[in-house]
Amino acid sequence: MSITRRKFLGWLGAATAGTTLGKTAGAASNKHFSGYAKSMGVLFDNTRCIGCRKCEEGCNTVNQLPAPDRPFDDLSVLDTQRRTTAKEYTIVNRYDDTDAGHVKVLGPLFRKVQCNHCLEPACASACFVRAFTKTPKGAVIYDASVCVGCRYCMIACPFEIPTYEYDKALEPRIMKCTMCYPRIVKGLLPGCVQACPTEALTFGRRENLLKDARERILKFPDRYVDHIYGENEMGGTSWLYLSAVPFKKIGLREDLGVTPAPKLTSGALSAVPIVVGLWPVLLTGIYAMSKRKEKIANEETARAVADAVEQTNAAAAAKHAKEMEQVQKLKQKEIENAVKKALEAAARPKPEEASDTQPEEADQKPSEEDS
Amino acid sequence: MSDEAATTRKSFLTPFNVVAGIIVILGLIVTVLRFTGGLGSVTNLSDYNPWGIWIGFDLLVGVALAAGGFVTSAAVYIFGMKKYHSAVRPAILTGFLGYALVVVALNYDVGRPWRLPYPFIVQQGTTSLLFEVAACVALYLTVLFIEFSPAAMEWLGLKRARSLVVRLTLLLTIFGVVLSTLHQSSLGALFLIAPAKLHPLWYSPYLPVFFFVSAIIAGLSMVIFESTLSHRYFVHKMDEAHLKEKDTVALGFGKAASLVLAGYFITKVIGISEGNNWHLLGTPYGLWFLVELLGFVALPCFLYAVGVRDKNIKLIRWTAAWTVLGIMVNRLNISLVAFNWHLPSSERYFPHWMEIVISVFLVTVGLIAFRFIVTRMPILYSHPDYEDH
Repeated sequence: MSITRRKFLGWLGAATAGTTLGKTAGAASNKHFSGYAKSMGVLFDNTRCIGCRKCEEGCNTVNQLPAPDRPFDDLSVLDTQRRTTAKEYTIVNRYDDTDAGHVKVLGPLFRKVQCNHCLEPACASACFVRAFTKTPKGAVIYDASVCVGCRYCMIACPFEIPTYEYDKALEPRIMKCTMCYPRIVKGLLPGCVQACPTEALTFGRRENLLKDARERILKFPDRYVDHIYGENEMGGTSWLYLSAVPFKKIGLREDLGVTPAPKLTSGALSAVPIVVGLWPVLLTGIYAMSKRKEKIANEETARAVADAVEQTNAAAAAKHAKEMEQVQKLKQKEIENAVKKALEAAARPKPEEASDTQPEEADQKPSEEDS
Repeated sequence: MSDEAATTRKSFLTPFNVVAGIIVILGLIVTVLRFTGGLGSVTNLSDYNPWGIWIGFDLLVGVALAAGGFVTSAAVYIFGMKKYHSAVRPAILTGFLGYALVVVALNYDVGRPWRLPYPFIVQQGTTSLLFEVAACVALYLTVLFIEFSPAAMEWLGLKRARSLVVRLTLLLTIFGVVLSTLHQSSLGALFLIAPAKLHPLWYSPYLPVFFFVSAIIAGLSMVIFESTLSHRYFVHKMDEAHLKEKDTVALGFGKAASLVLAGYFITKVIGISEGNNWHLLGTPYGLWFLVELLGFVALPCFLYAVGVRDKNIKLIRWTAAWTVLGIMVNRLNISLVAFNWHLPSSERYFPHWMEIVISVFLVTVGLIAFRFIVTRMPILYSHPDYEDH
């Protein structure tokens, strides 16, 4: 029993990957996932590709895809730029503008287009039924039996690979390269790799392919651009590319960055539980505040009304009292006048009698006005 | 009621009915084509352009414009702005119909609509923003249905059920705001995974925030816009409270919309800054971005403010319509115009006329349903037998 350092690290890597990834595509974490240990990949070298379309034919055969519109030996289809379709998991494009600085390129270059089998696939991250799986073998495979057909994977894929059976009414599927998963689990080569007559495609463990690619660049520095496309693009892909010219000249985007797709959405996803947890608290708080404000406002209104009523009453009472006073005064004056008159009229015969009767009248009159 | 029925029967061939009838017939024909011939037979969708107007318009615009329900119910039941009470029911109804039609539209768009429950019952793809959208839309549609149900119950005379639901108002409102926050923002977050495809001026890590804030603007503006239309066509259905509060609602919601638009404008500018995309403003896409930012965000912000200051209800109403248009422009920009901007024009998408037929058909169905309900149920008036809740 010999545990080599490599083996140990491999296990460690697998364990880490297992815990961070679980069964789905990688969630947000500060760990960098560099692929399943011992996963497979394919290295494409465009200095070896002759644009014969044998890979397309091989793919078509092993995947039992519908017959092509034009035969595979018809190379005039290369005159137009193509993309993967529901009937073609892979296609080869020709690039005529291959003038590139230090590298001497004679004639056009070719590139094979197919699923790149990302280490952390955008399609798998985007799928809301987990129809896509990144297998430990390296292949990204699709399960049509759960697919709803929302086509979000096609939106998400930075390489524009998944295609859709738009002409099917009942059971449309997403169609894309599977790295010939059913074949590679049996130890067979992917259809395209097997068909390639020039070894432009190399199938193997991704880690070995990376080494192989680096060696080729080292050995022939004037033949290659010093970059392995797919080593880090979008977090790394299982399909790797070597090219004689800058990758954008063979239709590979150089602006994708190295962030794996799941990281792009992990921030937004992590906000979900926070909103669920805090919004009800915040909203209930606002509700309580508005309720309290309403209560205070009601109380204030009630108090204001009470105050107003009281004030009005007091004012009315004061006014009434004042009026009463005036009335009293007038009466008093009248009485006095009357008394005077009476006194004058009586001309002093019985002064005591008159003063007795007057007060009685004064008492009665105001009480009548009151009511 | 019987009187009413008589008049509608008499004047059945109104211009609205004729046009709506033609659209519905066309829509049904295209529906048959869609479900017998597949998406390819009625749409211009392609492998490069998997989402067309059924997502860009029916889903993104539809959900944004249906935000009036949660905005209004939150204002009235949570923020305690009781003076807008008469706006709640029309807003909830608009929201409910909007979401219901969004779900109907999705049945056209997805390949196997009968599998739409799969994300919940078969396999949960919880790493997908679309899962969040689907879950929240499904739940919120249910919430809106319950929130709407008292009107139907009053119409049907189900007193006990009605009083039970009414007691849930606050709970439902809070639930509605939580769900709306989540899915309105995640509709924007759907595009976070595609920085390589969406033009940098529109792509931003703030997309979820932009979508949520602009949904509030859309909701506020739709309430004003919808009340304008209701007032024109269903004024005979409105009670005194509605007629009296109509202008209060326009003024209050206009003021709120102006404020939120101002905040939205600032965050959009911060978005340009965050991506340091100033240099792109001079490109053709940049000019179109400026049209959106200045013409459909800054301008309505200003016009709403002027309208509120001058108590110019007419201006507020026109601004509401303009803002609603602006929301459509924004959603279509993100999903269609600025999406796949890197592709040659030959690979770009433009909707097939039959896609437009389906979208118009669904809007028409919404209008017909709205009319059916407001002419029967207590939406624009309070039912005399029930107390307001």
